[in-house]
Amino acid sequence: MIPESKTAQKNTVIKGVTYFLAHVPNMVRHGSKPTREIESTPNLLKDFIEHQIPFDKAVSYAPNQVYIGNLDPDDLRSTPMPWWKYDVPSANRQGPFGEIMPEEEFLGMMKICDEFEILILEKYFLENTILQLKIHPLLEDKDIEKLDGKGVPLSQIEKFIEQEGAMPLYIKGDKLIGCCRRAHEEDFNLIPDILIENLTNKASGAMALRHLNAKFGCQDSLEYLIGCGEEAVGDRYNRGGGNMAKAIGELANCQNATGSDTKAFCCAPVHAIILGSGLISSGIFNNVAVVAGGSFAKLGMKFRGHLKNGMPILEDVIAGIAILLGEDDKKSPVVRLDSIGKHSIGTGSSQQMIFEKLVVEPLENLNLQMTDIDKFATEMHNPELTVPQGSGDVPRTNYRIIGSIAAIRGEINKTQIEEFSEMRGMLGFSPTQGHIASAVPVLGHAVRDIMSGKMKRVQFFAKGSLFLGRMTQLSDGVSFILEGNNGGD
Amino acid sequence: MELKGKKIIIVGERDGVQGPAIEACVKSAGGEPVLVQTQCFV
Repeated sequence: MIPESKTAQKNTVIKGVTYFLAHVPNMVRHGSKPTREIESTPNLLKDFIEHQIPFDKAVSYAPNQVYIGNLDPDDLRSTPMPWWKYDVPSANRQGPFGEIMPEEEFLGMMKICDEFEILILEKYFLENTILQLKIHPLLEDKDIEKLDGKGVPLSQIEKFIEQEGAMPLYIKGDKLIGCCRRAHEEDFNLIPDILIENLTNKASGAMALRHLNAKFGCQDSLEYLIGCGEEAVGDRYNRGGGNMAKAIGELANCQNATGSDTKAFCCAPVHAIILGSGLISSGIFNNVAVVAGGSFAKLGMKFRGHLKNGMPILEDVIAGIAILLGEDDKKSPVVRLDSIGKHSIGTGSSQQMIFEKLVVEPLENLNLQMTDIDKFATEMHNPELTVPQGSGDVPRTNYRIIGSIAAIRGEINKTQIEEFSEMRGMLGFSPTQGHIASAVPVLGHAVRDIMSGKMKRVQFFAKGSLFLGRMTQLSDGVSFILEGNNGGD
Repeated sequence: MELKGKKIIIVGERDGVQGPAIEACVKSAGGEPVLVQTQCFV
């Protein structure tokens, strides 16, 4: 007799989402594009310093307030542009979805994440930072113990920079307060440029996961973590080997969890949500978190456009996200596992086919119309960051394509495309942090609005630029529908 | 523009028209793609 399967398919729900931003204006100069440009034109460095914004301005920047949940994405429609010129009244560094952290505290958090004495901080700077971190609600005594007595004299830092090629770290424009060292004399994979990418990713991911634990009390119940960032952890024998998910989980005290990383460029978070939902639905695990830290390399990526337009350099944040997936609790929004859309290898690369596979086909399989979707969540890049560089308004482009497809299908007429795009789309509000910007910034808002009854159904679809790695000309994409929970009725 | 017999450099965009899609159009018009790239501008 064949025993009954213990893995009958169950509903998976998204219980909550948390977000994290670290405002790091002094790290911008070390982003990939700024590093290369400053090397060829050293005079540019002063522009990076002069075009910083202070922390309170970063907090009151409307897109950042949307990201942490203090504003709704649709609030941006009534916010005057350029957004950077108008401070959000009563802006707060804390929000219902997470927080925005200043650079000094984030450097302290990075040091807490540093198990190998890679990040070196100056003694007095570290002492002041400890005072700030001691009052942070998500930092514990054992975190502070990792910092106590770790500060070094400035002369030591200067020596590391001059003699070992360590990466200098600054605050307030040009005040040297630390450095990032290499971790192996010969290994190109353990140089400061890569290690600081990974450390910032780990620290921002850990903060997002700590917020998730604090908000949902899931620290001990999490069994599996899926990392979906774009970092590559490893040494010369295993570049990109991972496992950032587990490293982040350790920092968030998830003692009962293991994990692994899912790699798919920008659409990795949506892949990870689908995979995590499968783990829960199959009964393998009951509580899974999808987690990602931010992208250091993308800091200041479009600075040329910002300088040209007399703007501050606004690509100055490292972002994180954590998503809690669980068994059906009869109230949280359900990940419709029969709604998964995917860009298959044989799909081709025309936009029409990509949208057909990610948007239309999943709806047809469920006998739904495009007008049955309250909001479409796509690439949510803040247009204020991309338009000045000539990269266009990516969310708007995508929403117009969706609207056009709805018109071609006869669900709306041609004159309604703009109205459809506005009603079922959003203005972009995400920092240009690659995987972070790809559909998932909407998730927190969608969970909240579906649970309150404001929305019924949201389709998430994300695209990934696989061709950037020069291993294939293919792009990628996946999608799913998040729907209100009918409580088992 | 007559593409027949011309050598073509193609730069597509992920959120617009991707390189291979332009390549297919160029080939059907008798052009000869010599370089096909897709860029991601975000």
